[in-house]
Amino acid sequence: MPGLMGRASTIVKAKLSKLLDRAEDPSETLDFSYEEQLRQLQNVKRGIADVTTAKKRLEMQYTSMQQQAEKLDGQARQALQQGREDLAREALTRKAALEAQLESIMEQGRQLEAQQQKLVAGEKTLRAKVESFRSQKEVIKAQYSAAEAQVRIGEAATGIGEEMADVGLAIQRAKDKTEQMQARAGAIEELTASGALEDITGGGDDIDRELAQLGQGAQVDDELAKMKAELGAGADKKQLEGSE
Amino acid sequence: MIVRVMGEGQWRIDDGLQARLNELDDVIGSAVEAGDEERVRATLRELAQLVKSEGEKLPDDELHPSEAIVPPDDLSLEEARELLSGEGLIPDLPAAS
Repeated sequence: MPGLMGRASTIVKAKLSKLLDRAEDPSETLDFSYEEQLRQLQNVKRGIADVTTAKKRLEMQYTSMQQQAEKLDGQARQALQQGREDLAREALTRKAALEAQLESIMEQGRQLEAQQQKLVAGEKTLRAKVESFRSQKEVIKAQYSAAEAQVRIGEAATGIGEEMADVGLAIQRAKDKTEQMQARAGAIEELTASGALEDITGGGDDIDRELAQLGQGAQVDDELAKMKAELGAGADKKQLEGSE
Repeated sequence: MIVRVMGEGQWRIDDGLQARLNELDDVIGSAVEAGDEERVRATLRELAQLVKSEGEKLPDDELHPSEAIVPPDDLSLEEARELLSGEGLIPDLPAAS
């Protein structure tokens, strides 16, 4: 079978045959193979634990970004009250950028959740297969000639090796994905947390330009108008007039 | 024949289904070439769905090598290219590495 499916199969088989070529005495191979499987099963468990930890860290990052968005909202209000529409606009621009990121993190978090569930199911299957290998190896040792045993070991070991490779790849991909998400969340967090807003009387900085490019203009205008209306309802309006 | 859907397990399918699977596999090949990631993913999903709906799932305690492997459906274009040309995206096996 050519194409993607064929390629994937060929790669797995090539890697497995490299492994099986080293087989000498069948019964020795069986024990060795079983030891390896147990070791690998531990690695799988550790891998799943790593993914879980990374996911938790991401959730914390998400919460802190949410708090940051709330803080920016408060800063915008404060700026408006002091008649600094420029600063209010800046704060809302940052908030909009942050919220766009939050949404994408949320979506990816859902995907990660699904992957994690598959991993747990994969580990369970793998454990069942390793257990099955353990009982089969005793039968093979006891009942078969060396040549026959070799064939049967080949089958069983390939089957289980494939399962290992499958779960291994799933773990690796889930880890990669979490790391990418963390890096991105960290970068945006840094970008929005630093800069001019720390000092309400200060001016803008180079971050302004980057954020402005994110194209959240219309959303910011709307929110600014809404905020003005809210504040204007109960406050002295004269500072807030004359905006677009 | 036995087919593995990566991340989900193995299914035993009727050999008659192979032609249909090959067709879909070819579609993926040309979609990768055309750089159409959406199509790659959609076809991978279709492929996996076909195997799962037509096939019979192997019990967890059976140890069989697969004759074909369906890659995961969230495969990126880059990973698909890697799979078609290079060492593939399947990691080295424990004792071989």
